[in-house]
Amino acid sequence: MAIVVLLAGCDGRPWNNPYPASEDAGNILYASFEERPKHLDPARAYSATEYEFIAQIYEPPLQYHYLKRPYTLVPLTAQQVPEPYYLDQQGKRVRSADDARAAYTVYQIDIRPGIRYQPHPAFARDAAGQLLYHHLKPEDLASRHTLADFPERGARELVAEDYVYQIKRLAHPQINSPILGIMSEYIVGLRDYAATLEAAYQRQAAAGGKPYLDLRDYPLAGVQVLGRYSYSITLQGKYPQLLYWLAMPFFAPLPQEVEHFYAQDGMAARNITLDWYPVGTGPYQLTVNNPNRQMVLERNPNFHGESYPAEGDAGDREAGLLADAGRPLPFVDRVVFSLEKESIPYWNKFLQGYYDRSGISSDNFDQAIRTAGDGDMRLTDAMVTQGIRLNTAVNTSTMYIGFNMIDSVVGGLGERQRKLRQALSIALDYEEFISIFANGRGLAAQGPLPPGIFGYRDGASGINPQVYDWIGGMAQRKSLEVARQLLVEAGYPGGLDAISGRPLVLHLDIPASSGPDDKARLDWYRKQFRKLNIQLIIRNTDYNRFLDKMDKGNAQIYIWGWNADYPDPENFLFLLYGPNGKVKYHGENASNYHNAEFDRLFEQMKNMANGPERQRIIDQMLQIARVDAPWIWGMHPKSFALSHRWYHNSKPNLMANNTLKYVRIDPGLRSELRRQWNRPVVWPVWVMVAGVLLLIVPALIAYRRRERHAPTHGTGRD
Amino acid sequence: MGAYLLRRVFYAVPILLGVNLLTFMLFFVVNTPDDMARMQLGMKHVSPEAIASWKQAHGYDRPLLINLQARGMDTVTETVFFDKSLRLFAFQFGQSDSGRDIGYEIGQRMMPSLAVAIPVFVIGLLVNITVAMLLVFFRASYLDIGGVVLLVVLMSISSLFYIIGGQYLVGKLFQLVPISGFADGVSGWRFIMLPVAIGVVSGLGSGARWYRTIFLEEGGKDYVRTARAKGLSELSVLFKHVLRNALIPILTGAVVVLPLLFMGSLILESFFGIPGLGSYVIDAINAQDFSIVRAMVFLGSVLYIVGLVLTDISYTLADPRIRLT
Repeated sequence: MAIVVLLAGCDGRPWNNPYPASEDAGNILYASFEERPKHLDPARAYSATEYEFIAQIYEPPLQYHYLKRPYTLVPLTAQQVPEPYYLDQQGKRVRSADDARAAYTVYQIDIRPGIRYQPHPAFARDAAGQLLYHHLKPEDLASRHTLADFPERGARELVAEDYVYQIKRLAHPQINSPILGIMSEYIVGLRDYAATLEAAYQRQAAAGGKPYLDLRDYPLAGVQVLGRYSYSITLQGKYPQLLYWLAMPFFAPLPQEVEHFYAQDGMAARNITLDWYPVGTGPYQLTVNNPNRQMVLERNPNFHGESYPAEGDAGDREAGLLADAGRPLPFVDRVVFSLEKESIPYWNKFLQGYYDRSGISSDNFDQAIRTAGDGDMRLTDAMVTQGIRLNTAVNTSTMYIGFNMIDSVVGGLGERQRKLRQALSIALDYEEFISIFANGRGLAAQGPLPPGIFGYRDGASGINPQVYDWIGGMAQRKSLEVARQLLVEAGYPGGLDAISGRPLVLHLDIPASSGPDDKARLDWYRKQFRKLNIQLIIRNTDYNRFLDKMDKGNAQIYIWGWNADYPDPENFLFLLYGPNGKVKYHGENASNYHNAEFDRLFEQMKNMANGPERQRIIDQMLQIARVDAPWIWGMHPKSFALSHRWYHNSKPNLMANNTLKYVRIDPGLRSELRRQWNRPVVWPVWVMVAGVLLLIVPALIAYRRRERHAPTHGTGRD
Repeated sequence: MGAYLLRRVFYAVPILLGVNLLTFMLFFVVNTPDDMARMQLGMKHVSPEAIASWKQAHGYDRPLLINLQARGMDTVTETVFFDKSLRLFAFQFGQSDSGRDIGYEIGQRMMPSLAVAIPVFVIGLLVNITVAMLLVFFRASYLDIGGVVLLVVLMSISSLFYIIGGQYLVGKLFQLVPISGFADGVSGWRFIMLPVAIGVVSGLGSGARWYRTIFLEEGGKDYVRTARAKGLSELSVLFKHVLRNALIPILTGAVVVLPLLFMGSLILESFFGIPGLGSYVIDAINAQDFSIVRAMVFLGSVLYIVGLVLTDISYTLADPRIRLT
């Protein structure tokens, strides 16, 4: 009763609104996150959960066009997308990339003047112009526990030196940047630079006190400041994919004074670190970082300004995606991310209008999606009535089953092993897998390249002829008879080793998991192998042991995946490049596949510009890989995203991470619909109260009756 | 009592050392320092050099338990175990492997946990005792039998069902309170109400049955019969005599969990988005963050010991015949 009275005293807002009343009319986007981002330092962060935040804050020189497909790089803070030039061994300029003398590639990046950082204490200066918070003593920090405890703020202009400083940080011994290894192969002098910094750090540590490396004192040959707004990156040989890296936060600017501010003694002990409080020039700044509960991005008052794109892909105008063309970004003032670990409350809050967008978990799939007569996935009537919209996209990622190519039974390029792998590739029916375990949200893969990546071919020319036939305008998996025949040719007729007569037993190594679908999924794998009378033993180990097995080459068959770093075929085909093998070279080629011809073609292809010649080479590479079958090609997952009718400019962009600035919402409509959808239902409370009374009254009557009929009504005292 | 307490404190030291050693060994049987480094560094492009550098920076490059390269006391002190465990006894939890101050995190997460755990505990205790008393009052009647059946049904249902069902009914269908979330201060009551109600209901079955058994056992004793024979009303008998004498088993169950309320509830906090300590350990285990795991296990052990001591002390308050010597 008291609860109802209290609730009734509220102000007419929906009672289940989880946000404060002050936010009702706010231009605020509500989203969620499932796990806390591990790193917010742009030299360390690499996962999607981390990029969701820092990509809105840090600005690398380039970005992906929001609407255009195929994915196109456009300038962000740079004045233009840099055109490389080439040098010979002596440092003299050569005419073109095709010149055999070209030994180095130089990218000169010119940034736009006038861009300013977000307000931050690291930039605050006193009346004399000295940095205010850069010589803090332990007693100065006694009462400071968050960035908000530093009342003064400052800002300054973005300069080329900041970009150079960040590239140097990739080699810092205490940062452990995940891309140091790959960048050391290309940026001139970076490998030695890491060793120089390590030695300097150890020297300082040995001398006592807290080491601090001011990287301005340590020049790096391959990265030079050319002027206040201009810097260059020099690469060994050619690596055109660098441009894609220049659109990632690894190459965002970081001012030395910011790093110095956070590096002061006592800051880390108070959790005041760059890994927690990012500082950038982007449209948003992180104002609340409480990943146990909420993270809040707010409009950066110093943002340099940017306009919504005026051109897009075919169909974008009709879809209303160009309605905001030319309008200043960002549209939303605040983005509130709330921690939602469980899918059920998250989904229900989305339906109530308290989250503006949502994915679809398998638990809620049937509630959101129906399969139309033509096989298309559509929203259910309930979703349509609520005005919810659906965006789908095939992810630029691949999930596959890999064979360890150094394994004696399934590995190697011999005919016996190759045919065994081809037979298994046919037997594992990924169309069925997608239907059962992914609710149809996936595309059976024909090779390592997903749609949207140059080199991928659709239609008859794109199928894997080892596994599929093109019949009636669609790819059809070959029959099991073909697989069985391949098995005979491989020397395993009927699943028995023709030489020893013993049944063929294979092992699938997977990391243990306890999800509800796991048992069914593992049974499904066993069933697929059983089609060929092959026994599959599943070796379920914890994730650490699994990684250990992969590192040592002790797995036989495994399940793995890859998510594109950038939209270039090199980023997928390098997963099959021999010198990238996991066991020998600690690379990402988890199958340890090594085919000399494939490797030769890869080296030829990787630095080429997209065009017919590159396509021809990729076709050859795919042909080789399909015949060798080091992977069962698996599937490319599809992502399904839902958004409410007040959420505008929603277009899946699988490469860009800085997309929040394009989102526009209609807070008035949202507020109104929330009211309509969330009218409290009070009668159950009254029923409950009545129920309790119904229990109490008979109990009271029974009590009185019992007391009246007690054998003695004593006068005794207790 | 002073000597008793001092003795208990001394007893606690070897127990805590043992717990620490056991946690350490169990953790490192499953996770090597290399695994921890891999987990912190991410999945892509992790080089052996980066792993070595991470281990060095976080003090995991030393031998785990015994340093055979060192001499004298250094054989023991120059190890990961010694370095990571000793400061715990001064309640210096240090930094997590991801670089956060553990003590600060615990402080931040403790209050939301308590905001749910204390009402669940207090209301739950009151409701359980009241229901148990009612059933005892109507013992051997249809109300008693029906009540016991209902309690058995309640205790047979998974707490997850209560949570999901509660969220569905109260949050989604009736739209009376937010489905999940949390707010500091007084405005947080809207978020706390449903988890508290679910916490109380889900504990009602086992709690009330347990207390009913205690009260029934106590109610069959001679002094109760005497009280009834004196003509006292049944309410007086139950609340003034039976309840007071049943306090010892009630205290045994209740006081010992008091300090552990700080540790929060994993499932409840996870489903209701309460930023408490409940999920802190699980998150740390998933992230292979040994520093947090060892700190929380240590804290849990300390709190449990404190709970046991408090229980002993409460006995002396409930029963003057008990002396702590």
